[in-house]
Amino acid sequence: MSDTAEKVKKIVVEHLGVEEAKVTAEASFIDDLGADSLDTVELVMAFEEAFGVEIPDDAAEKITTVKDAIDYIEAQKAA
Amino acid sequence: MFGLQGKVALVTGATGGIGAEIARALHRQGAKVALSGTREAVLAELAAELGEGALVAPADLSDPAAPQALVERVESELGRLDILVNNAGFTRDGLAMRMSDKDWADVLEVDLSAPFRLARAAMRGMMKRRAGRIISIASIVGTTGNPGQANYAAAKAGLVGMSKSLAQELASRGITVNVVAPGFIRTPMTDALNEQQKTRLMERIPLGRMGEAADIAAAVAYLASDEAGWVTGATLHVNGGMAMS
Repeated sequence: MSDTAEKVKKIVVEHLGVEEAKVTAEASFIDDLGADSLDTVELVMAFEEAFGVEIPDDAAEKITTVKDAIDYIEAQKAA
Repeated sequence: MFGLQGKVALVTGATGGIGAEIARALHRQGAKVALSGTREAVLAELAAELGEGALVAPADLSDPAAPQALVERVESELGRLDILVNNAGFTRDGLAMRMSDKDWADVLEVDLSAPFRLARAAMRGMMKRRAGRIISIASIVGTTGNPGQANYAAAKAGLVGMSKSLAQELASRGITVNVVAPGFIRTPMTDALNEQQKTRLMERIPLGRMGEAADIAAAVAYLASDEAGWVTGATLHVNGGMAMS
C-alpha cells in the first residue's frame, strides 16, 4: 500500500471513529462508514491539510470512497 | 457558574458601547478577548483597561477578505477561538423611496455578510475541538421592522435565519449558534432625545427604562458559557418587554 493510502486511511479512521478493517478502498464514506455530509466536508479539509493540496468543491463532490480520495490526492501530487 | 476560564473570544465592533461592554463581561468571566473594530486607538484604550488577556485586532469588515484574516490572527496569537461574537454593525437610515442601492448593500455587507464570513472562518477550529459558540447581536427592529431602516432590519432579521441554519449544521459538533436581540439601549444618541420623545418611548417599554449595554453583555456571557450548552438556534430578546416573541 502506498504512503498516501496509509495516510488517507489513518485520517478516515481518526475522523469517523471506525475500525481500520472497515476502511477498504471501495468503502463509501457515507454508505459504508456512517459519515454524514458534514463529516465528508471535514474529511476533505483534513486531506487538504495533511497533504498540502487544494481540493475544489466540484472535485470534493466526486470523492465518495476511500479510493476516490487516494486517487485524487496522488494525481494532485504527481501533477 | 458561567465561567469562561481558558476560553478565547472575539468581539467585533468592540469600539462601540455594547461591544465594549460585551468584551468586559467575557473578560471578567475569565476569557481572553480579541477586540476588533476600525478605530485602533479606541481598541487599545479598552485593551489597556482590561489588562492581561486582551488583544487589539483591528479590521475593516467591509473588506470581504478581512473576516478570514481576523480569525486566523486570533487563532495564531491567542491559540484558538472558542467564542465568536458578531457585534459589529452600522446603520444608514432612509425611507425606502430614497434609499440608494449602495446604502442597502453597504449595510447588508457589514451587518450580515461579514458575520457569515466570520462564522465560516471560525467554525473550522470549533469543529475540530467539537465545541464553540457563535453569538450574533441582532436588533428588535429585525423582528418588528422600523420605518427608515429597511436595510438594517433586513440584515438583522437575516442574522436570525442564518443562525438557525448554522445551528442545525453545527449542532452535531457541539457548536451552538444563537442571537441576542437588543431593544432600545441608552446611548449618546438616545440621550439626545427630548423629554416628550423619551416619554413616548417609555410608554412602549413595560419595564419602564432604557436598556444598558450591560443588559446585553450579560445575555451574551450566558450564551457563551458551558451552562448554555443546550440552547441553540435561539433568539434571546433583551428589550424590557417592548416586543415579545
